[in-house]
Amino acid sequence: MSELEGWVEACGVDDIDEEDVIRFNYGDRSFAIYRTEDSEYYATDGFCTHERVHLAEGLVMGHIIECPKHNGRFDYTTGKAMKKPVCIDIKTYPVKTKAGKVFIQMD
Amino acid sequence: MAPIIEGRSNEREGIVISETAYVKRNYSLTGPENQRAQDRGIASAEWYATPIPRKRMKELMQRRNLPAIRDTLLWFALMIGSGILAYYAWGTWWAIPAFLLYGILYSSPADSRWHECGHGTAFKTSWMNEVVYQMASFMSLRPATPWRWSHARHHTDTIIVGRDPEIAQPRPPIWRIILMDFLRLYAGPRDIKRMFLHSFGIIDKEEKDYIPPSEFRKTFWESRFYLLIFAGVVFACIYTVSILPAMFVILPSFYGAFLLLVFGMTQHLGLKEDVLDHRLNTRTVYMNPIFRYLYWNMNYHVEHHMFPMVPYHALPALHEEMKRDCPPARRSLWEAYKEVISALLKQGKDPSYTIVKPLPATAQPYNYGPTITGDNRRVQ
Repeated sequence: MSELEGWVEACGVDDIDEEDVIRFNYGDRSFAIYRTEDSEYYATDGFCTHERVHLAEGLVMGHIIECPKHNGRFDYTTGKAMKKPVCIDIKTYPVKTKAGKVFIQMD
Repeated sequence: MAPIIEGRSNEREGIVISETAYVKRNYSLTGPENQRAQDRGIASAEWYATPIPRKRMKELMQRRNLPAIRDTLLWFALMIGSGILAYYAWGTWWAIPAFLLYGILYSSPADSRWHECGHGTAFKTSWMNEVVYQMASFMSLRPATPWRWSHARHHTDTIIVGRDPEIAQPRPPIWRIILMDFLRLYAGPRDIKRMFLHSFGIIDKEEKDYIPPSEFRKTFWESRFYLLIFAGVVFACIYTVSILPAMFVILPSFYGAFLLLVFGMTQHLGLKEDVLDHRLNTRTVYMNPIFRYLYWNMNYHVEHHMFPMVPYHALPALHEEMKRDCPPARRSLWEAYKEVISALLKQGKDPSYTIVKPLPATAQPYNYGPTITGDNRRVQ
């Protein structure tokens, strides 16, 4: 794992299936990294804003991630809460790919 | 301190944990058990999940419209058909079986459709889930918003005393309530009372524990709308000088409710409280295809609780994936009932009695959470 100019390498581009999500832990933080059907990559906080449940176990449908515990939904491209019981938006992070790797920029 | 019988060796071999002394617990969400559960780390905790490869789980989670549209159209057709029969039988003795059929077809699927559409998994298309959810909520006399949040808490803290608002029975069980609820005479009036309170802008203390304030306004307007329908039905009865309109709307939620209680009693009763493993507090029961249609496969209840994002039509396949890791499913409703009634009778005398089924050799051990038995023993 390398850190360059605030960007952190999260995984390889092929570590995530199309229209899927994986978990990425960094220090004491946890993220969800998404790949769309068009192989665009996005990242959000790992845990749902409703309860402490990791979104990487959830279902990706288009630009939506559904929480595996209560079926709340976010648009993972914007972080917007889309379905109850999720009421609070989730934080998103800039993502870029380079040399077959996915990088996220943390704050 | 009194000696504590752990009961651990009994669990390994079979059926029962029983401790000698038991402190009667307060099941209210506003009582001391709520904070106690949080202090013990069993509220909003991480639960055991059977390991299933991600690729397979993704297949199982896939949403489809077709099964739910087919089942919903069939439901409507059955309700309309039985409703026509009941209408023409009115005034004769044939009205009794005809309305019994109508009531079952109104009430039992309303409960399961309320449940599945509340999870948003029944249909692939979101608005279809929402339309059926709203309709089924009214038919079940469960105001849509409060019950959405109640059920979310039920999934967060399944059978955690002081946290789960949907624990069907305390220990020892209250038989009067069980018997009343065969005609929904306990839960129904409770929910109608809450509707009246909501319509006046009042949320009771218990509900405030799980409904966020941002949802209060919606809750109030929903109940006002429900009561408006109630008023319309009452007016129709007065206008026609007959109870017949109410026999088609509202009253079926009572006289047709017994089957949903029969199904619902198999879900958790007699099993453990305050554990972090659905295999310990939830029961899967094999049922015939008619019951499975009415219940929308919620007989696979361990599977549903462990993986609530799997739609009802995929639960039998999920069961096949999970059964190596679960206690054997009860082979019939009859077998489940023998277990449930026997456990309730025993809990009447010894409230600490619970059923723990042995796991197959291929299973991961049970996850009891921070304490072994729910910590409901008397400590002196």
